Amino acid sequence: MGLHRDRVTVKRTEEKPNESNESSTRYQGGNEMSELKKEDLLKAYRIMKEIREFEERVHVEFATGKIPGFVHLYAGEEAVATGVCLHLSDEDRISSTHRGHGHCIAKGVDIIGMMAEIFGKSTGTGGGKGGSMHIADLDKGMLGANGIVGAGGPLICGAALAAKFKGTNGVGVVFFGDGASNQGTILESMNLANMWNLPVIFLAENNGYAESTGVKYNVPTPNIADRAAGFGMPGVTVDGNDLFAVYEAAGEAIRRAREGGGPTLLECKTNRFYGHFEGDAMTYKAPGEVKRQREECDCLKIFTAKATAAGLVTAAELEAIDKEVAALIDEAVAKALAAPNPTEADLLTNVYVSY
Amino acid sequence: MSRKISFKDAINEALSQEMERDNSVIVMGLDNAGGRGTEGKQDAWGGVLGVTKGLYGKYGERVMDTPISESAYIGSAVGAAACGMRPVVEMMFADFFGVCFDQFMNQAAKFRYMFGGKAVTPVVMRTCYGGGFRAAAQHSQVLYNVFAHIPGLKVVVPSTPYDAKGLLIQCIRDNDPVIFMEHKVLYAMKGEVPEESYAIPFGQANVVREGKDVTIVAIGWMVHKALAAAATLAKAGIEAEVIDPRTVSPIDYDTIMKSVQKTGRLVVVDECTPRCSMASDISAKVAQDIFPSLKAPIQMVTAPHTPSPFNGALEDLYIPSPAKIEAAVRSIL
Repeated sequence: MGLHRDRVTVKRTEEKPNESNESSTRYQGGNEMSELKKEDLLKAYRIMKEIREFEERVHVEFATGKIPGFVHLYAGEEAVATGVCLHLSDEDRISSTHRGHGHCIAKGVDIIGMMAEIFGKSTGTGGGKGGSMHIADLDKGMLGANGIVGAGGPLICGAALAAKFKGTNGVGVVFFGDGASNQGTILESMNLANMWNLPVIFLAENNGYAESTGVKYNVPTPNIADRAAGFGMPGVTVDGNDLFAVYEAAGEAIRRAREGGGPTLLECKTNRFYGHFEGDAMTYKAPGEVKRQREECDCLKIFTAKATAAGLVTAAELEAIDKEVAALIDEAVAKALAAPNPTEADLLTNVYVSY
Repeated sequence: MSRKISFKDAINEALSQEMERDNSVIVMGLDNAGGRGTEGKQDAWGGVLGVTKGLYGKYGERVMDTPISESAYIGSAVGAAACGMRPVVEMMFADFFGVCFDQFMNQAAKFRYMFGGKAVTPVVMRTCYGGGFRAAAQHSQVLYNVFAHIPGLKVVVPSTPYDAKGLLIQCIRDNDPVIFMEHKVLYAMKGEVPEESYAIPFGQANVVREGKDVTIVAIGWMVHKALAAAATLAKAGIEAEVIDPRTVSPIDYDTIMKSVQKTGRLVVVDECTPRCSMASDISAKVAQDIFPSLKAPIQMVTAPHTPSPFNGALEDLYIPSPAKIEAAVRSIL
């Protein structure tokens, strides 16, 4: 099997007959069609806003010294996790990275539990024993944030293999960064997934930096997606700050995977507003770079402008969501601060199933 | 009613019986069938040393040959296990675990703990280990000591065909990640193995030979070296108690302690190289917990701190021998 194609941008999807009543709304941007009803648009905004507010708050709380260890913030990349996960159900699995809060929230992991975990409390998703880099919810198909760069590739190949054996029609999405794109695990996984025709989406989140090193120093081709043909799969590159572009491209890749068409390498070009880790002074960024990105490349601003200009949502509806999200994040922090620490006995538990 | 079959066939039988019983058991690895993607015979190898022969013919696509990508395919087995399958994935030689440590050390072993008890990762990683084949430094290592070090993993080292079948069946049914270590020299060894399916629990040492004068703890192939030494010592009226832990993680320290409390003397025979070996692990634990029971210093008989040599005579010096075990026993009597 050789599926050699030139790198393409999003393929035009078939226009589906509108079987529901005329009040369903379609977003039309550029040459692409995207079928997002109003409830989906508001959901998309809510998820992105939850991620943004969660990360901005973790930034503040981390600076007070109450959060142990390391955190790696996803602020600026929200459209990527959201645009992909809108297509997924609990049957579908994702693997994440050290910068995993956004993927967790987009996949439906409980925000209260997440914040408690980041604070190391016993009410956290991992009982306080995993922390920021290891938040998971297997019931929701979230195979975990991961402290090892590139580790998610093989894990998702396994999840996709399980889906094939069990006939669930589920897909697996492996989120990885420009830094991880050179890990052996990712390259091996691309080969394996194509060889076995696994329903996997390789989701490269190219935010331009692998820790403090620019992507130009790590990846010799203009796009990570340029590698796709070498593995026998389609490669697609989109503007990762445009939720609609991500949603469209992810939908295509996911549809292809579900229908047995095999893997896709989907690269989303985006930006992270914060450092590699909290405490990173970001001296490797150009002066004014983050300021410019927050003004011109903020996926929330881009979404709001597009959706309100097209009359699909109102500013008031979005502001209502803003208020609810703010309250939710406040609640999460308050509960995290008040929650108990794990006990001394908890140190020794859950090493094995059997003891 | 049992018949004698080889260690290799006992493993094959365990795999086949479990695959028959449970559809979620799949087999993965390099050339576990062999011949895939070629014009020639299918099931051409059945594994590099023939251990999985015949499974592809019986179970078809549940026997998955993989590209040479250990990180990807061991990791896939881990991911599939976390998502409800029960993969038995082969690492062709234990030495090759070096290519993919992360997938079992940082991923499989740690999910349950990091995720607050909510992960179940029933993956079995089977591999062949040890010297005696003149396979040289990169194909002869032992390494069960390295794996035993990692919390969250279980490590199983059978010494007989009977133990191999029963322990592998237990591995497959166990809900934790397990590394099942098959000594390459033992593959040809024959022993009595029941036809029916049976499981041997982990953490239960086998007192292979009773004796009152010295306790010899030995692992894997070394059990047979220890028994040979014990036979020689018996002629001189020295009765050795030989203990086979069968699993090094979890390990049955209790049986070892009880024996040393009886005999007062301990020799540990470990094919590992000496630094941080199972020998040092067992010796330190015994010395710490039941020091007053010891009538003499503990002796460790191990390989030297070198890579495995290729030359046959050198390799024979490298691997602990019955003569060296006997000498160690005599040195503390």
